[in-house]
Amino acid sequence: MEPFFFFLFAAGAVISALLVISRRNIMHCALFLVLTFFFVAAIFVLLNAEFLAAVQVLVYAGAIMVLFTFVIFLVHIPRTEKIRRTFGQKNLALALGVFLGLEVAYIVYGAISAPASPAAAPVVQGGNTESFGVALFTRFLFPFEIVSVLLLAAMIGAIVLAKKEIDR
Amino acid sequence: MPTVLLEIIVVLVKIAVVFGAVALVVAYLTYLERKVIGHMQHRMGPMRVGWHGLLQPIADGLKLFTKEDIIPSQADRWVFFLAPVVSLVPAFIAYAVIPFDRNFYITHLNIGVLYILAVSSLGVYGIVMAGWASNSKYAILGSFRSAAQMFSYEIFLGFSLIGPLMIAGSLDLVKIVDAQSKVWFIVYQPVAFLLFLVAATAETNRVPFDLPEAETELVAGFHTEYSGMKFAFFFMAEYANMVIVGAMASVLFLGGWSGPVLPGVIWFFLKVMAFIFLFIWLRATLPRLRYDQLMYMGWKVMFPIAILNIVGTGLVIYLL
Repeated sequence: MEPFFFFLFAAGAVISALLVISRRNIMHCALFLVLTFFFVAAIFVLLNAEFLAAVQVLVYAGAIMVLFTFVIFLVHIPRTEKIRRTFGQKNLALALGVFLGLEVAYIVYGAISAPASPAAAPVVQGGNTESFGVALFTRFLFPFEIVSVLLLAAMIGAIVLAKKEIDR
Repeated sequence: MPTVLLEIIVVLVKIAVVFGAVALVVAYLTYLERKVIGHMQHRMGPMRVGWHGLLQPIADGLKLFTKEDIIPSQADRWVFFLAPVVSLVPAFIAYAVIPFDRNFYITHLNIGVLYILAVSSLGVYGIVMAGWASNSKYAILGSFRSAAQMFSYEIFLGFSLIGPLMIAGSLDLVKIVDAQSKVWFIVYQPVAFLLFLVAATAETNRVPFDLPEAETELVAGFHTEYSGMKFAFFFMAEYANMVIVGAMASVLFLGGWSGPVLPGVIWFFLKVMAFIFLFIWLRATLPRLRYDQLMYMGWKVMFPIAILNIVGTGLVIYLL
């Protein structure tokens, strides 16, 4: 039963992700991105990471994408106007795409050809919030703090940029 | 195999019972609201259909069901069609984890609180999609306000719950109720309860936070262009969300199903109804906030209080 659901959700995620970049109506893109996050959350649930799944929906689908739609309202793109697809980055995008594709192919090839190795012992047992928190604040404290500093820097950057607009 | 089948049947029956009960409660909440506000304003409220208007919700339902379903010619048809569904479904699936009694819930999740928060944060898409797809100025303004309001108030709806969760030491709704077997959390966490009350009112777009559908400025806000059953979906979603926040208040602050003599389900129902009565009372009493007042209150008053409450709770727990 589990492989069936995995492929269902994975296919859903990939198809909606493709629709995000191929639809030309910006609101449709945003809504398909919400759908993509949802399918990813479903895969988290299959991996027994309920906490991550809930946070994925709460933060990405619930908060960040609402902010996106808010911005779409603010810039007010008339419905009839379709967004431009390329911004003179076609060649660069193509090169990066090929590179990324090769990387994925290499990983998939490695996974298929390698003898089935015993799965690495999970750092966190189950989707338990408590063990997740303990792991985050002990073993992964340093990366956690680095991420906090990065987010703080981004936040200050956003405020500085916004303030420049107000002062002018 | 038969045991699996039996389990599935049990779960399906539970879902049917909860779904039916919620749908009935939601239908009669519209009646309760009109009746209570009527009496508060020295009117009778609905009186014509049935004894003291008791069949009014059924008449309303039939009326909405038989009304013409209009889709504006300039609307985005798919998004317009999906919006009411997207707002109704999260409102109903949130009931999956609510413990109505010690042994009566559809499913038991160890992250129950997060599940409800995550699911209810999706309801705003219904409103955003409705406003955007209608292609109408009033509807767009309604959605615009709603988006801003929801993501401001959602943050400290979550923050206000951290206090009680710290005391309970769990995100599991059943364990949270068990932790309140001696003293309800409203006693330990009165500030958190007030914050939750304000945030919940804003989340459900109720007066004094009903800016997304302010009828005096925006016709009907985000659902201006909707009619018939699609309109009814939005209406049901709003009332179902009210019951959800009532249930959350009951579980997190008021001891859930616990209470003397009467069975747990009755206690749970009474607590939820008391909370909803408070909502209706507020609607009959308070004027609507202005937009900048709403934002000021959210970020500069409520948010610092919520943070202070968490710090204070943490200190007390550490010292004890």
